[in-house]
Amino acid sequence: SNVACIRSLYSAGVIGRGASSSPSPSKICVIGSGPAGFYTAQHLLKARQDIVVDIYERLPVPFGLVRFGVAPDHPEVKNVINTFTQTANHPRCHFYGNVNVGKDVSVSELQQAYHGVVLSYGAEANRSMGVQGEDLAGVYSAKDFVGWYNGLPSCRELTPDLSCDTAVILGQGNVALDVARVLLAPLSILKKTDITQPAVEALVHSQVRRVLIIGRRGPTQIACTIKELREMVNLPGTRPEMKAADFAEVSEALKDVPRPRKRLTELLLKTALEVPGEKEQERRNKATRTWGFRFYRSPIEVFADAEGKKISGIRLAVNKLEGSGEGAQAVLTGEVEEVSCGLVISSIGYKSLPIDPSVPFDPCKAIVPNTLGRVQQAKGLYCSGWLKTGPTGVIATTMNNSFDTARSVVEDLNSGTLDVSTEKPGSQSICALLEQRRVKPVSFSDWEKINTEETRRGEAVGKPREKLLSVEEMLRVARA
Amino acid sequence: MALVSAVRRIAQVRLRDLCRRSTVAVAVSPGACVTGLRSFTAGTQSLRSDNKVTVNFINRDGEKITVKGSPGDSLLDVIVNEDLDFDGFGACEGTLACSTCHLIFDEDVFKKLEPVTDEELDMLDLAYGLTETSRLGCQICLTKSLEGMVARVPESVSDIRQSNDGTA
Ligand SMILES: Cc1cc2nc3c(=O)[nH]c(=O)nc-3n(C[C@H](O)[C@H](O)[C@H](O)COP(=O)(O)OP(=O)(O)OC[C@H]3O[C@@H](n4cnc5c(N)ncnc54)[C@H](O)[C@@H]3O)c2cc1C
Ligand SMILES: NC(=O)c1ccc[n+]([C@@H]2O[C@H](COP(=O)([O-])OP(=O)(O)OC[C@H]3O[C@@H](n4cnc5c(N)ncnc54)[C@H](OP(=O)(O)O)[C@@H]3O)[C@@H](O)[C@H]2O)c1
Repeated sequence: SNVACIRSLYSAGVIGRGASSSPSPSKICVIGSGPAGFYTAQHLLKARQDIVVDIYERLPVPFGLVRFGVAPDHPEVKNVINTFTQTANHPRCHFYGNVNVGKDVSVSELQQAYHGVVLSYGAEANRSMGVQGEDLAGVYSAKDFVGWYNGLPSCRELTPDLSCDTAVILGQGNVALDVARVLLAPLSILKKTDITQPAVEALVHSQVRRVLIIGRRGPTQIACTIKELREMVNLPGTRPEMKAADFAEVSEALKDVPRPRKRLTELLLKTALEVPGEKEQERRNKATRTWGFRFYRSPIEVFADAEGKKISGIRLAVNKLEGSGEGAQAVLTGEVEEVSCGLVISSIGYKSLPIDPSVPFDPCKAIVPNTLGRVQQAKGLYCSGWLKTGPTGVIATTMNNSFDTARSVVEDLNSGTLDVSTEKPGSQSICALLEQRRVKPVSFSDWEKINTEETRRGEAVGKPREKLLSVEEMLRVARA
Repeated sequence: MALVSAVRRIAQVRLRDLCRRSTVAVAVSPGACVTGLRSFTAGTQSLRSDNKVTVNFINRDGEKITVKGSPGDSLLDVIVNEDLDFDGFGACEGTLACSTCHLIFDEDVFKKLEPVTDEELDMLDLAYGLTETSRLGCQICLTKSLEGMVARVPESVSDIRQSNDGTA
């Protein structure tokens, strides 16, 4: 019945052709199939010919935030999927989707079945602002909003209310800019991406004309990167709307900073302060939507209208900076300000959660405490990706830290620290456990059926893909 | 292996082509290597070696690898075509959406390269170990005048980062 499992046992040499002549393989499993999981697997497979890697993924579909995070209008970023697919099709690698580790199978069960376990399950929660009114209707976390427009099954019901003029985004990282772009970009652009159909429909009726992106510190501490800022600056149909006073001391601070921060700040200054040329002025005059950064502001309270149902604004504390450069701290001035808005999206960062009481977890940093990817005080347990470093860094950062973790695993195999002298059953025993528990894994070729169906549906409407929106539907297509 | 690379290569060209055509990706591959697509088909037909450009790569272990590429190919094309195995290189497949094809050049070669665009600099700014003579391999097109050039693959310095972010 568990076809995915049986097929993989054949190709791993566990059953069928004799596996006896060569020494038994080192069996490693990876939890999570985002960039961290795939890059860790890639490096392990390449480093030693005797390693078998099994990837367990909670959802029936792979790729983590590359599918459910990366903005729909950034299709180029998703090219990494081609390399991940090569890894998944490697004869010594197997994908088991639809397996929720911590629930369907425990980490200690995986540790019994494998020589090594790599935790790469990312950061599925979000930091909370911890302010009054955070739970009102009309306040969303960027994590949920992004999940909604990207088709994450758990965010399907979000249906955000876009019937207001002004939206406030808290936080000034790249996720904040992704959200701002999706709220403001012309639909003619978004409609040709893999954004979900419900999101397109909601955006058709959106009344949002103005997006304020609010940061607690100043322009020289802004967290987004320059490519994403440039995209905002050039976003068709929109114009920037900043406050000159926010940039008062910025040019002074520019002198001794490294090139990336310098170029970013220069573009910011140019956008905010420079008198635009004729063509740009014309473009701005025609714009029907605006966006702008607001600096030195921390949220204190989101408040509702008279009936107490819909939000009507946000109260902000005015900050000043102590210190300078990247490490400058925001401190309260005591002054308070109110901004009217009908939508608040808090984009102040994602957050990892503990997966299993047996796995060490640092609740303050919200990471698994580790030394170069080796989980502290837990032999045979490793971690990579956002779970290892915290929820920052682009895919390339995640790639490098995942290679580092894989190097640690390989070092431990070479030195004997990771003991592989006893044979381990690997997926064989895990599949048996899953079958007992009536969990049916989705194989990579099952995923390819989903992929084909999504691409087919997309083609019909001029999109690269039309994502399936529920786990039930994914499973139906996978098993057809 | 060559087949895999060819398949990947074709997928890549197709993807890149799609990206270029789509109205969405406004700033994809500006300027550099607009000939990349054409030269792929043209390049495979005219394999006259006298036409080729010799490139020396120095990998992360400091080893020198000498290969040849066709004029018009980007350095990333050369690496993919020759199946050079630089871990994690070219993650976004030459669409200016990452900085993993970062290469470092000698001053004199660097000066000979086509001017860098803002979009390339934007991505370079995220590269590990950025230097004054860094460029993205996907944006450097081979020309005869680059014969014998040396391009160094920078070390990944994530270990250094790690000791900074307190997880070590
Ligand atoms: C909104 C957004 C947009 C981004 N856009 C870009 C971009 O344009 N360019 C760029 O370079 N970077 C971008 N990034 C950063 C990039 O997505 C991350 O660096 C990267 O995805 C982190 O990889 P990860 O594998 O650690 O986590 P994830 O990608 O989150 O992968 C974790 C995986 O683990 C699975 N999982 C979770 N729990 C379990 C469990 N219990 N059992 C089994 N599996 C489990 C999840 O389903 C998921 O598939 C973006 C990030 C966000 C949040
Ligand atoms: N296109 C892309 O390449 C892309 C797209 C999306 C995401 N990503 C990457 O994914 C990672 C995560 O992105 P992100 O935007 O979630 O995180 P981020 O870049 O860390 O930005 C978080 C923002 O929230 C603010 N913040 C944090 N805690 C706060 C608090 N308590 N109160 C008020 N503000 C607070 C931060 O301000 P302070 O600086 O003051 O802390 C910062 O402005 C980043 O590395 C990003 O580059 C990349």
